[in-house]
Amino acid sequence: MFDVNAIRQDFPILHQMVNGKPLAFLDSAASSQKPTLVIEAMDQYYRQYNANVHRGIYQISERASEAYETARKKIGRFINARSWREVIYTRNATESINLVAYTWGQANLKPGDVIITSEMEHHANLVPWQQLAARTGATVKYTPVDERGYLDMATFDRWLAPEVKLVAITQMSNVMGTVTPIGEIVQKAHAVGALVLVDGAQAVPHMPTDVQALDCDFLVFSGHKMLGPTGIGILWARKEILANMPPFMTGGDMISRVTFEGADWNQLPWKFEAGTPAIAEAIGLGYAVDYLNQLGMKNVRRHEIELTTYALARLNEVEGVRIYGPLEPTARGGAVAFTLGDIHPHDVASVLDGEGIAVRAGHHCAMPLHDKLGLSATTRASFYIYNIPEEVDRLAAGLDKVRELLG
Amino acid sequence: MDDFYKENILDHYRNPRHAGTLADATHSHESHNPLCGDVIRIDLHVNEDDIVDRVAFKGRGCAISQASASMLVETIEGMPLEEVKQLSKDDILEMLGIEIGPVRMKCALLSLKALKAGVYGLGDEEWELDEEDEDW
Repeated sequence: MFDVNAIRQDFPILHQMVNGKPLAFLDSAASSQKPTLVIEAMDQYYRQYNANVHRGIYQISERASEAYETARKKIGRFINARSWREVIYTRNATESINLVAYTWGQANLKPGDVIITSEMEHHANLVPWQQLAARTGATVKYTPVDERGYLDMATFDRWLAPEVKLVAITQMSNVMGTVTPIGEIVQKAHAVGALVLVDGAQAVPHMPTDVQALDCDFLVFSGHKMLGPTGIGILWARKEILANMPPFMTGGDMISRVTFEGADWNQLPWKFEAGTPAIAEAIGLGYAVDYLNQLGMKNVRRHEIELTTYALARLNEVEGVRIYGPLEPTARGGAVAFTLGDIHPHDVASVLDGEGIAVRAGHHCAMPLHDKLGLSATTRASFYIYNIPEEVDRLAAGLDKVRELLG
Repeated sequence: MDDFYKENILDHYRNPRHAGTLADATHSHESHNPLCGDVIRIDLHVNEDDIVDRVAFKGRGCAISQASASMLVETIEGMPLEEVKQLSKDDILEMLGIEIGPVRMKCALLSLKALKAGVYGLGDEEWELDEEDEDW
């Protein structure tokens, strides 16, 4: 059952005036809002059973441990992992990628090896690989992207060779919105023996995810973009790969035994979770997953395709708007980047803010992509489950106002 | 909590059965629970008929871990080795007869871990992966 008006009632933050206008929140690609369910679950933890996990021999600590691990299982089921042991808590997708770069990458890459990524990656899926390449002597290749946001698969195919050890690629661009052909990429990469890391920061919150069907090797995503709190993210990887990876951060909880001479590592997944984790946040993310499951991820995707279809049409009617990324709504997610004549996106966003409309302006952590497009910045509107066509109308009207003021 | 430290658990803790070691053990293994420092060593002597005819255990740790070891060695004395290999977590919990929460589970099962590692000739970690690697 997908009733957007009922959904909006679950998000208290949406019901407020900003600059004298009702808030139209069109920046969920940066961070989503949180339903009451998630806020209350975290509040309940702090009010009723706040205690450290895994060690305490008392009732509220056992309750905290159980809630923390139950959340992990919910998240694992949500992405159809084979085992909860494959679900590692991190701070966010960025930390998940760094974990893989510093552990698997450092242990497996050597001079001459190649990492393939793309021109439309978020900096989080780009800088860690550049740094890994600098440390190991490997090189990074960027699959070209056209103005419509499509990958140049012919070039990708040509680059595939035994030296390619990793393909690290987004499943949904945070700028172009493009949904990439992960299935095809995985199949081709595996054929030359390369592993595939999927940046699911944008895709996992917005469409059904099945790691077994994708057949990828690593999947990373952030809790705060999928109705959960900040400070909690996920690294999923195949158990066989995780078992052979050295730990990332070391310290408490990730060990099984410590002596003055050294240490043995804990079992999966705790081997990768040093120190007291983000307990309330993990629990909150578990409830966010419950909320999304209740709606059904297919329904989430359908709602966003409908809204994006409407937004692409309305934005196209505004004089001077140029949209980047696929024009076919089913080939993309609900993040729509555009320019309005030569008006700077910061000015666009400021005027819209005056209308109570929250959009993003800048390079969206994808400077190389903007360089390639010959732009310093774009404006981005992005949609989620609680957005409605009226907000798209207000965006279009707001852009007309921007043109009147600055055009 | 009164239930937790039932009389028979306290009895095994205070008067451990078969305490000590076997000089001629055919199987012997010491397991640790690093999180709380419990240690249990279990020695077995298996005769030509593959029967566990003599047993001993030695350890230190909490009442639950030591009582569970004492009950376990008492149970397996005279048992065919094949049956010993079949013993499971549920058998131990039944023996103890109390509710064991997730945190104390490792204490309760330490003796089984030492026993299994001994009879299979595996290290602690290998056995742990084998027995506890439930996917869901």
